[in-house]
Amino acid sequence: MNYLQFFDMSAEVSLIALILIVFLYDLFTEGKERRGFHALTCVLLGLHIVLNVCPGEETVLFGGMYQSYAMTNIMKTILAIGTLLVFLQAKNWLRRDDTRHKEGEFYVLTLCTLLGMNFMMSAGHFLMFFIGLELASIPMACLVAMDKFKHESAEAGAKYIMNAMFSSGLMLYGISFVYGTVGTLYFADVPAAFHGTPMQILALVFFFAGLGFKLSLVPFHLWTADTYQGAPTAVTSYLSVVSKGAAAFTLLVILTKVFGPMVEQWQALLYAVIIITITLGNLMALKQQNLKRFMAFSSISQAGYIMLGVIGGNDLGMTSLVFYVLVYVAANLAAFTVINVIEQKSGKVDMDGYNGLYQTNPKLSFLMTLALFSLAGIPPFAGFFSKFFIFAAAFKAGFYLVVFIALLNTIISLYYYLRIVKAMYITPSDAPIAAFRSDCSTKLSLALCTAGIIALGLVSAIYDGIHLYAFGM
Amino acid sequence: MDIHVVYYLVISTIMLFAGIYGFFTRKNLLAVLISVELILNATNINFAVFNRYLFPDVFEGHFFALFGIGIAAAETAVAIAIIINIYRNIRNIQTDNIDELKG
Repeated sequence: MNYLQFFDMSAEVSLIALILIVFLYDLFTEGKERRGFHALTCVLLGLHIVLNVCPGEETVLFGGMYQSYAMTNIMKTILAIGTLLVFLQAKNWLRRDDTRHKEGEFYVLTLCTLLGMNFMMSAGHFLMFFIGLELASIPMACLVAMDKFKHESAEAGAKYIMNAMFSSGLMLYGISFVYGTVGTLYFADVPAAFHGTPMQILALVFFFAGLGFKLSLVPFHLWTADTYQGAPTAVTSYLSVVSKGAAAFTLLVILTKVFGPMVEQWQALLYAVIIITITLGNLMALKQQNLKRFMAFSSISQAGYIMLGVIGGNDLGMTSLVFYVLVYVAANLAAFTVINVIEQKSGKVDMDGYNGLYQTNPKLSFLMTLALFSLAGIPPFAGFFSKFFIFAAAFKAGFYLVVFIALLNTIISLYYYLRIVKAMYITPSDAPIAAFRSDCSTKLSLALCTAGIIALGLVSAIYDGIHLYAFGM
Repeated sequence: MDIHVVYYLVISTIMLFAGIYGFFTRKNLLAVLISVELILNATNINFAVFNRYLFPDVFEGHFFALFGIGIAAAETAVAIAIIINIYRNIRNIQTDNIDELKG
């Protein structure tokens, strides 16, 4: 065996090195030495991103267990950037007295889930995929339950882990049927033996349930709102962006590369799931008062939009999916940074609490407005273009009705995103949130996200650049 | 004489649906956890049986079952830790009382 193969998976190796450094630093420092912990972690993660930013080419290692495309590496970079932004906005929360001693744990657990997502995206065998998925979801349950003394956090953690186990059990049952009908679990060998027999369709449905849970598509979305509301805000933002992006990309790769011969069956499945997901997510978001719960339902409907990139199964769909996730990272994390900093400074997470925010914190409300406009898809911002591309991809694949319903839903979503803008700018309040100055790490996170929202909308070279590496069925 | 493969599959299917039924109806979090374990063990039976009867040359299914057992143990450990945390907070692990988050 050639041990140098390990260094061909550079993204994973450097991430493991990063986890070890952070872990040892956490173990052996105390008191004043820990003041630079946050900065050190962010710089090292930034270094990891810069080292692995080059897309590279297709690599197949360990006899086909590990299989990475250029597009997978782009996706890994996007997710690492998302994690860095989450770390930047988490500083506020991590410096609180009751979480200070858990700072190192937060970094290590988050990076472990990122490692799991990397393995999940570049798996070449169902076993590898399953281990990656579990490595991504078990530490995630610990993160959700991180605020140990708050009952909501423990409740959210319990709901997350129970649903995660249930759905991974169903998914394993599906994989066992794949094994039973095909006799192998290598992604490269499976498609040749797929003919769409009833047992294989059963396998497809069970398998879809497992990833649908991670993506919070509608029949599997019940955990989402509770978990998002109860988890610490930094964890919620990580859950809504990074974890979702990884699952969407994996689903696209596996459906096209492994379940390729059963394209008619999974297109019919996605057809129904997309329509229900977008519509139900939007309708439920209309009546929410708690902002974290509101963002949960908004992220359910965004997951439906992301699935529009999967349904066509072509290279255009893949490009628009990756671009959509990139824009979603910038816009959603900007919104969550604002929610997080306001929660830490004033303790308010309800929509009424935001009344009159413009009078006291005009800059913050302006940035929140930009983020919400981008999420809703209003033209000059990136969100419009990402929605446009993903609609175009599905339209070109011939799914006119789905695109039409998604368009109608965009209008509904505009209404509820603007409710927050209205609260901040128009609704008067006797006791608005007092003016405060955010710390530099929050400012940096907001600056990066806003730059992303504006730049991604204006620089079309990014979309073209991604398209160069795309592939379809 | 060999036992036919169908008997094993019937057992594993019964275990799967008993697990699903228990997951939705049980009120105690530990009982819910046990139901999920039933589902996971049903899949392990499936892997072992498919490997033994249909593809006896390579051990892919057996290894998958082994990894499945290991990962299920890790998940259970985390789940029990969280359940203990809930018990510390409200002195109770009935699902009816875990209803703070709703809307």
